[in-house]
Amino acid sequence: MSKLSQRHLLGIKDITREDIELIFETADNFKDVINRPIKKVPSLRDVTIANIFFENSTRTRLSFELAEKRLSADVVNFSASGSSVKKGETLLDTVNNILAMKVDMVVMRHASAGAPHFLSKHIKANIVNAGDGTHEHPTQALLDAFSIREKLGSVEGKKIAIIGDILHSRVALSNIFALKKLGAEVMVCGPPTLIPKFISTLGVKVESEVSKALDWCDVANVLRIQLERQQLKYFPSLREYSLYYGIDKKTLDNLKKKIVLMHPGPINRGVELTSDAADSQHSIILDQVENGVAVRMAVLYLLAGATN
Amino acid sequence: MQKKLILDSKQLDITLSRLCQQLIENHSDFSNCVILGLQPRGIFLAELIHQKLKSLKLSVPLGYLDATFHRDDFRRRDTPARASETRVDFPIEGKEVILIDDVLFTGRTVRAALDAMISFGRPAKVELLVLVDRKSTRDLPIAADYVGKYVATHDTQRVLVELQAQGHKQNKIWLINNK
Repeated sequence: MSKLSQRHLLGIKDITREDIELIFETADNFKDVINRPIKKVPSLRDVTIANIFFENSTRTRLSFELAEKRLSADVVNFSASGSSVKKGETLLDTVNNILAMKVDMVVMRHASAGAPHFLSKHIKANIVNAGDGTHEHPTQALLDAFSIREKLGSVEGKKIAIIGDILHSRVALSNIFALKKLGAEVMVCGPPTLIPKFISTLGVKVESEVSKALDWCDVANVLRIQLERQQLKYFPSLREYSLYYGIDKKTLDNLKKKIVLMHPGPINRGVELTSDAADSQHSIILDQVENGVAVRMAVLYLLAGATN
Repeated sequence: MQKKLILDSKQLDITLSRLCQQLIENHSDFSNCVILGLQPRGIFLAELIHQKLKSLKLSVPLGYLDATFHRDDFRRRDTPARASETRVDFPIEGKEVILIDDVLFTGRTVRAALDAMISFGRPAKVELLVLVDRKSTRDLPIAADYVGKYVATHDTQRVLVELQAQGHKQNKIWLINNK
């Protein structure tokens, strides 16, 4: 018998190390389930889940939807484009209308930081944050840490470098919380303009030279440059960024030890990673995607099971 | 809390030997058989049966089956049940499956296990072996094919199986009065 300390998964900041470990243990079992001939279990057959996406997504949305279907939940999808949001409906009204149709759980992505936290104060359903602005993306951090644990045996004591656009990345922030809670050492690396000023207060190392970060780390988690969130010019050009911060296979091969290469997707090939690096032996990028379904099944299962 | 001993170490050994003989009677060389121990506690009994058959030069594939995600009490209890490992490294399509659990009580775990097992294929036949069959406590029409010991119990009582494999000093089976 076991349950999470929270009713919602709003961010990694709010959950405990025990919660994360419980999610991992449960995800181990679901990973086994999704590799069987029949990839489905009936656990959530009386649960209805609404996937509410106010921001674009392919991987996360597909991954959540598959996780829900593998658990036999009823699924409804909602995206902001083509909805009444365009007609001026508020977030709370939109969600309350969906919940009036007897929905038990909400998976939400929103461009504003804190949107799911706001919602959790007003509605009964369990909420899973699928990314809120530049704040948190908890399930991505969980699947990243799960993939590290799977590849290296544990997360404790490992050195993880997060490289790229730290300033606009919710993946970076959630990863820092998750990895620190699991006892890893974390370094962030990127152009100084793309590193938040007070990030070191979270207990992470800061490095501006990518070669030093790669020398130091066991795992490099490479992030995309989020041009869509950048209202200012933070660096002269993508080409210059690629020249100084891009990682290619040759750099990886020349390191003293073999490191693990991760990326939450979508990859901009030729910018932060060259194709030969992304497709190399170092990369566990597609394992991350597979693990995403198992980890999300675990989160949904544990939240749904603790409601009564 | 009162404890009453149902089976001690020696009696358990005799019971297991008898169960193995009954299995041999029905399956002779076990050529088309597999054993599935039900998680979390049935696996220890399954191991014991498996070892005993092995000492008689009979080898049967042994797997573990976890039925947590197929339980019918999900969202009807405070916390979700903790899942355990499922390890079925062999095909069960067309096989004769012997399901093994320690105690048969309401029959709901066995129902869930049958569901979980079907995910791996369609067996030719399924049998159930339990160490302790609690009489008159069934919620579902489920019966065991091989029974170590029948025990008449109330709902308020509990059967406690202590095996050395689970870290106990001696193999002992208890009936516990919660009142």
